[in-house]
Amino acid sequence: MYEFDWSSIPGALPFLWAGMKTTLEITALAVAVGIVWGTLLAIMRMSGIRLLSWFAAGYVNLFRSIPLVMVLLWFFLIVPALMESVFSIPRTSDTRLASAMVAFALFEAAYYAEIIRAGIQSVHKGQMGAALALGMSYGQAMRLVVLPQAFRNMVPLLLTQGIILFQDTSLVYVSSLADFFGAAYKVGDRDGRLVELLLFAGAVYFLICFSASLLVKRFQKKVIA
Amino acid sequence: MSYHWNWSVFLAQVPSGGTTYLGWMLSGLATTLALSLSAWLIALAVGSLMGVLRTVPGRWLSGIAALYVELFRNIPLLVQLFIWYFVLPEILPTGIGNAYKAINPMLQQFTAAMICLGLFTGARVCEQVRSGIDSLPRGQKYAGLALGFSLPQTYRHVLLPMAFRIIVPPLTSEFLNIFKNSAVASTIGLLELAAEGRQLVDYTAQPYESFIAVTLTFMMLNALVMVLMHRVEGRTRVPGYIGGGS
Repeated sequence: MYEFDWSSIPGALPFLWAGMKTTLEITALAVAVGIVWGTLLAIMRMSGIRLLSWFAAGYVNLFRSIPLVMVLLWFFLIVPALMESVFSIPRTSDTRLASAMVAFALFEAAYYAEIIRAGIQSVHKGQMGAALALGMSYGQAMRLVVLPQAFRNMVPLLLTQGIILFQDTSLVYVSSLADFFGAAYKVGDRDGRLVELLLFAGAVYFLICFSASLLVKRFQKKVIA
Repeated sequence: MSYHWNWSVFLAQVPSGGTTYLGWMLSGLATTLALSLSAWLIALAVGSLMGVLRTVPGRWLSGIAALYVELFRNIPLLVQLFIWYFVLPEILPTGIGNAYKAINPMLQQFTAAMICLGLFTGARVCEQVRSGIDSLPRGQKYAGLALGFSLPQTYRHVLLPMAFRIIVPPLTSEFLNIFKNSAVASTIGLLELAAEGRQLVDYTAQPYESFIAVTLTFMMLNALVMVLMHRVEGRTRVPGYIGGGS
């Protein structure tokens, strides 16, 4: 029978916490950029200008049809080359964090765009009509009337997607970036205590995601009531 | 950028001989398909069973199903995969663990990835099955019971045939997800499509050709499954049921 030895975890906590900060940074940035860019994509997709709606539909379908692992590999390959040619940052510098952030932001925007599109479509058409009749421009009507109502309905879904994103950030493992999971793996590998560290990482992810989804559920009940 | 494109790289022989790089890609595709389809069978079986349990009267059974769903939905897929592959063989009784470690490494990776993906997706299927059963009018269950069916018979002959037809569209998206999620198995060294792509980069130093080929293959797979499931959706649609159609 396996004998557990948890003694390498307490000493590694500062390193693990640094990893968790990286995880949270990537998540926060990807949620923020994803929602902004996703909103623009959703509006483009519903616009009457065909070129814009085609672009948005193509973008969303492209990112939704390839695995996140592949998207990450692409960005770890391309971003350093791009940084070099556009910003003349030497290829030797560590751009993995930047690559991961760009990849997650662009990838998640495709998923957010679909949530936001459904949210905008759930707002009664008369709202837009009334705003236009009051003399607002399309942009004003969208910004001041439609979007605030749409976002109110969408908040639970957006937060749930954020929890999924938080879990997905563990995939930066493919670039051996030390996010929370990467840090746990490294410590386990170093001390020969992979079993304990992987179980610990699983438990931490579970506690965070489970309590976050409980909060979202409670919030959802409040919004409906 | 000065990149030297060379698409004929796929026809070159691999260093170990016997096949071309294209052959590697095709065997990766075959592994991806085998992994996704076998995991999907597990997901459907476990998901349906747990989905039914979540709706039956009795706190214990539905509690077990709820626990399963929460556990598998709140831990990242990558962490689950590593636990199946690295942790489980260690903490199992020594005999079983050693027997597992003695089998062919490729088979070890495949079974770990298959069970992991199957149970991960099963938790999502479970929620769909539950919401399908919950969406049926309560009268259907009572009508079944009133006709003298036992509860299992009511599920088998009345509730499930209807519920499954209603949830085909959401199951389609889970089916698509399983193909995409199968790429995570490359992290434990299983040579599926994405891993073959990376291997090709290491051997040929032609990253763009390899990644483009892998990406296009995943997109084609996605499109193929969508067309296929669109047909299934058309056939299983419940006439006059809004939820079953769109």
